[in-house]
Amino acid sequence: MFTMGIDIGSSSSKVVILEDGLNIIAAEVIQIGTGSTGPKRVLDEALSKSGLKLQDMAKIIATGYGRSSVEESHKQISEISCQAKGVFFLVPSAKTIIDIGGQDVKAIKLDSKGCVKQFFMNDKCAAGTGRFLDVMSRVLEVSLNEMAEYDSRATEPATVSSTCTVFAESEVISQLANGVAKENIIAGVHQSVASKACGLAYRCGVEEDIVMCGGVAKDLGVVRAISKELKKPVIVAPNPQTTAALGAAIFAFDEVIGANK
Amino acid sequence: MTDTSNMSAKELLGFYQEELYEEARRAKKEGKLVCWSASVAPSEFCVTMDIAMIYPETHAAGIGARKGALDVLEVADEKGYNVDTCSYARVNMGYMELLKQEALTGKTPEKLEKSPAARIPLPDLVITCNNICNTLLKWYENLAVELNIPLIIIDVPFNHTMPIPQYSKDYIAEQFKNAISQLEEICGKKFDYDKFLKVQEQTQRSVAQWNRIASLSSHKPSPLNGFDLFNYMALIVCARSRDYAEITFKKFADELEENLKNGIYAFKGNEQKRVTWEGIAVWPHLGHTFKGLKNLGNIMTGSAYPGLWNLSYTPGDMSSMAEAYTRIYINTCLDNKVKVLSDIISGGKCDGVIYHQNRSCKLMSFLNVETADILQKGNHLPYVSFDGDQTDPRNFSPAQFDTRIQALDEMMKQNKEGVSNE
Repeated sequence: MFTMGIDIGSSSSKVVILEDGLNIIAAEVIQIGTGSTGPKRVLDEALSKSGLKLQDMAKIIATGYGRSSVEESHKQISEISCQAKGVFFLVPSAKTIIDIGGQDVKAIKLDSKGCVKQFFMNDKCAAGTGRFLDVMSRVLEVSLNEMAEYDSRATEPATVSSTCTVFAESEVISQLANGVAKENIIAGVHQSVASKACGLAYRCGVEEDIVMCGGVAKDLGVVRAISKELKKPVIVAPNPQTTAALGAAIFAFDEVIGANK
Repeated sequence: MTDTSNMSAKELLGFYQEELYEEARRAKKEGKLVCWSASVAPSEFCVTMDIAMIYPETHAAGIGARKGALDVLEVADEKGYNVDTCSYARVNMGYMELLKQEALTGKTPEKLEKSPAARIPLPDLVITCNNICNTLLKWYENLAVELNIPLIIIDVPFNHTMPIPQYSKDYIAEQFKNAISQLEEICGKKFDYDKFLKVQEQTQRSVAQWNRIASLSSHKPSPLNGFDLFNYMALIVCARSRDYAEITFKKFADELEENLKNGIYAFKGNEQKRVTWEGIAVWPHLGHTFKGLKNLGNIMTGSAYPGLWNLSYTPGDMSSMAEAYTRIYINTCLDNKVKVLSDIISGGKCDGVIYHQNRSCKLMSFLNVETADILQKGNHLPYVSFDGDQTDPRNFSPAQFDTRIQALDEMMKQNKEGVSNE
């Protein structure tokens, strides 16, 4: 039996197809999100790679910012519950999840069954989100993929405000103008993201294992900065951008077999 | 005179709200005094003196709910009021500025012309009380300076410990006496203490009916949705010392009790989960927040905010009246705030709590993090908080609200079904 999870975020679209609630048949990502062609393209890609049709899916659950606009879905579940489900499936020892996506930063605390005990999210502010890194990457003329590498060469991380993306951008511009090395600025940017995320994690109560997911988890500079701030190891979930879609696919499977009455 | 005997509670609410504004407009025309008042400043003194009352907070909420806030907020912005200032204050200062321009030039500014809010007259005096926040002091001081009119301040100190000490009640009672003598001077007549007693008695009858409505949300399923209290609140604010409030609330409580008897509940269908809403409503997005909860099968059966007007006291006893006006939960220490909210949550038989992190109301929001933490340790109920604002629509994101309440719903479901093991 196949089930599908669709996670439509603000800046990317993800689909996971699951067989019998266990085997990941497809896990696709397109780097544009809700309101774009992303949702359709990622769906087509997942189906074409798996050789399956939409009709083969016993159930489809949508999650993410754009969850209510996914016509193909039978149900919507919040990304908090889906992240918890997906991460716990991949890392059953997970107790704290730090999820940084395009416009959201979340810290989620799990109980030993993987249920959400508590969660906190960023307020109406883009500081510390993926969008924040996007802005910095453009200003610094360093691609997102290269940022971790730059960070690893930093000697003295610069201070970058974590209170506002716009102010942080002007801070970075003035630091560039003052000749501060990009490596140090990027390490400062990563610290800024970490400080925002860790603030939420501290409110949840940090308990190991700590697992990071969301698109920003692919930037190992941020992962290092979070680990340093929490003074604890941080595990990056396998294929971290697709964990919420995976969780949605597992929920879909559970619902079909009636595990979640 | 309009026959109100056959009106429903909802019709009475609309009728008396409009009547209050009409009375104020008429008073102004006839050269009588109009007072703008803070929402939990004692209404008894001005009503005794036959002064027509306008409540800027309620008026601002109405502008917000009718999607007219942005226009007047821009006026306040232009006058230099920072966006971090309470949006009730900014809406009111913006609106006052438009009224003032009209009075000075004889021309109605376009923004005033097209404002969806009820037209209100400019005040001849203002009265404020810092029992719900300290922004009200500067706000009313600015109104008084801008309009060159008298300002009456009733100083009600914060209660850092409970119970309320006698010296505090004595001090507030003295503040009341001072307000009365200011009013005597402004009105040019003596204060009628016999009439004052009657006004106090009327206030108590209104409060009793208000509390009767609020208590109905303890029934499960509930005949009352807490969002109704947000709507009916207009009259406990603006007319508690008049019989308008008593008549309307009695009618509403009677209707709800009748519904309860007949098995008619507030949630059409089956109420699945019950939530407490801590904080002021998001007036510009009232429909969105209401429907968002409703669509998930949730009903709001707990809110401490309408309880601000549970102003029960013994008529004729100034010390008792002083206590009523100072024991408001946001004018008390964290321990008491937690206790009040805990009773609201258990009284409403709630499954979870929503905290409105209101950009406008620092007093109601800054303690939320700690309040939520303490309460959860005791009741183990899930909670979420969301960023919003009582009247500035720019400070609320519908999608962020939806995600949070959907997650809360899933956590409440998980708790009810016993899926979670902790």
